[in-house]
Amino acid sequence: MNYLAEPKQFASWSTDAAREVVLRHKGERGPLLEILNDLQGTFGYIHEDAIAILAEELNLSQAEVYGVVTFYKDLRTEAPGGFLVKICRGESCQSVGADKLVESAQEVFETKLGSTNSERSVTLEEVFCLGNCALSPAIMVDEKLIGRMSTERIAELADEIRGVTL
Amino acid sequence: MTEVIQVYVPKDSAARSVGADDIAVAIAQQAARRQINIELVRNGSRGMFWLEPLVEVLTPAGRVAYGPVSAADVEGLFDSGFLEGKDHRLSLGLTEAIPYLASQNRVTFARMGLSDPLSVDAYIANGGLSGLKAALSMSQNDIVLAVTKSGIRGRGGAGFPTGIKWKTVLEANSDQKFVCCNADEGDSGTYADRMLMEGDPLLLIEAMIISGIAVGATEGYIYVRSEYPDAISTLKAAIAIGYQNNWLGQSVLGSDHSFDLYVRSGAGAYICGEETAMLESLEGRRGVIRAKPPLPAIEGLFQKPTVVNNVLSLAAVPSILAKGPEFYSEMGIAKSRGTQVFQLSGNLARPGIVEVPFGVTLDTLINEFGGGSRSSRPVKAAQVGGPLGSYIPSSKFDLKMDYETFAAANAMVGHGGIVVFDDTANMGRQARFAMEFCSVESCGKCTPCRIGSVRGVEVIDRILSGQDVYANVELLKDLCQTMIDGSLCAMGGLTPMPVLSVLEHFPEELGLVNGQLAASR
Ligand SMILES: Cc1cc2nc3c(=O)[nH]c(=O)nc-3n(C[C@H](O)[C@H](O)[C@H](O)COP(=O)(O)O)c2cc1C
Ligand code: SF4
Ligand code: FES
Repeated sequence: MNYLAEPKQFASWSTDAAREVVLRHKGERGPLLEILNDLQGTFGYIHEDAIAILAEELNLSQAEVYGVVTFYKDLRTEAPGGFLVKICRGESCQSVGADKLVESAQEVFETKLGSTNSERSVTLEEVFCLGNCALSPAIMVDEKLIGRMSTERIAELADEIRGVTL
Repeated sequence: MTEVIQVYVPKDSAARSVGADDIAVAIAQQAARRQINIELVRNGSRGMFWLEPLVEVLTPAGRVAYGPVSAADVEGLFDSGFLEGKDHRLSLGLTEAIPYLASQNRVTFARMGLSDPLSVDAYIANGGLSGLKAALSMSQNDIVLAVTKSGIRGRGGAGFPTGIKWKTVLEANSDQKFVCCNADEGDSGTYADRMLMEGDPLLLIEAMIISGIAVGATEGYIYVRSEYPDAISTLKAAIAIGYQNNWLGQSVLGSDHSFDLYVRSGAGAYICGEETAMLESLEGRRGVIRAKPPLPAIEGLFQKPTVVNNVLSLAAVPSILAKGPEFYSEMGIAKSRGTQVFQLSGNLARPGIVEVPFGVTLDTLINEFGGGSRSSRPVKAAQVGGPLGSYIPSSKFDLKMDYETFAAANAMVGHGGIVVFDDTANMGRQARFAMEFCSVESCGKCTPCRIGSVRGVEVIDRILSGQDVYANVELLKDLCQTMIDGSLCAMGGLTPMPVLSVLEHFPEELGLVNGQLAASR
């Protein structure tokens, strides 16, 4: 099985492009979180300059915008590695070896949960349930869900990522 | 051959997570190579996940299933004549006759896996829209009354009667009302909302329109967790179809009702599944709990009267209206009426969806449907109702699934997730995890939840390393009581439930024997 979908392509940050994203949400009710998700989908992360733009466009204080950005675990203020690997630590995955999977993932990707490896090819994160509990242990690579994971298959995934990013 | 043979390969993200896309490609290639005309249908999943990827072929006798199929099996399947339903090592016979499926009573999941989830024709051919059509010929009061009479209670966890909630919103006076579908499905061990959104999204749309008509709301939001990208894109496609077909928009099916529907994505916060935090998040703020009252039914989204319902609560309504409330209320036991879409997972031989009436025992679900542990080791416990639910020991698997029976056993049915553990599970670690989860996911508003959970992890660590076990267990119990008494919402208030269930049922795993300090420590 192919583990990887097409690697994500993000636009590089520009305030003009950011303002365009904001404009797309004109007329929506309570759009801040939608815009933040959209900015992250466009640029891969929320650039620090976005805070002031959003505050101005939405008539909020910068503190309010910043407060929202920091509340949600998915929202990042730094660009992630080439692939975002999320490992499920929910109970169903625990019952079939998630702890071991986390350990081997940290080994093969050479980074800790919550950080990016030195080549910046992988950002490793924990997640609590991916809705794939019937096929635990589960992980997600960018937006691709992978079930029936094992320590062997994590190593295969690492090889595949190495192949793509070499 | 000129006739076109229908072959089904699920598009459900779980099926795809174990290679369904590769199989679809392999089947198309083989068919092309052999110059056989097939129609490849990407259906929803039947919910028998140990058999995924499950491939079906339509034969004169009915749909014949094969699974679990790998891409390497495809050539052999063609060679042995699977397109005529012939025998093969992976043959499972007629899909509908597989005991796991045949023993269920699918109501909400009746269409699951039958067809392409975005095919309007298939939706209508299989009973879709009949609930909405019924609703359009009823008064608002009668719709609400039917929902009340059906006895359905909230499937999101709290079990509040759906009809009563709708009545409150209907009676609220306001120029604007909303319907919000809670599709945050944060509970580990649950995946029915995801399957429904991916596998029968038109049903959720139909249900939300009905809810809007019933209470007088003209705008709806579906709040989906960000971990479900496929559900989000499928819903968006389904909503576009809803507008094209005039289900949504200015004039619902040509009536004078209007209804607009939007999908919103969360951004990774379990607490946003709590309804008031979800409303905050929908308004673009931090997902911090609001104090109740006012109830969302009175002051919800943007302070307007709002129906907040779980995906499964809403999705049951079209059948209730199409077939009458008695059809639904006749199923179930005591005050738990109708069916529940149970979600089996964890260390289980046959994990999957089991929709049956309430009253079924845990034993039937775990051992008969689930086939016992996947590891072939003895089953030790099941956590029911998500991360805030109790661990129930196998000696208590005669418990019947019923809100009140579970509450009396210090447990909860919740969203219907059942996670099975074998005898290698370390229940002390599971108790610790409950506290850790709360410390990560707390919204931070109340001290007992925010700080108590961090202390809880520390105290359990001390217990597990054998330090002052007796004193620390007492401390843990006090801490749990403080969290129960001093938390604004069920995050802090229920986190003690799994912890105390371990203390009650597995005291030796927190250093106690018969509830007392182990003599040797
Ligand atoms: C911490 C917490 C998380 C919750 N998560 C969800 C969830 O993911 N989905 C859901 O439908 N309800 C969830 N609920 C329950 C909701 O607050 C609310 O009761 C429900 O959405 C009401 O809909 P229902 O009556 O149809 O169940 C959660 C509650 C709490 C306290
Ligand atoms: S109990 Fe926890 S999650 Fe709930 S309001 Fe208090 S701090 Fe927030
Ligand atoms: S607990 Fe891991 S996918 Fe649900």
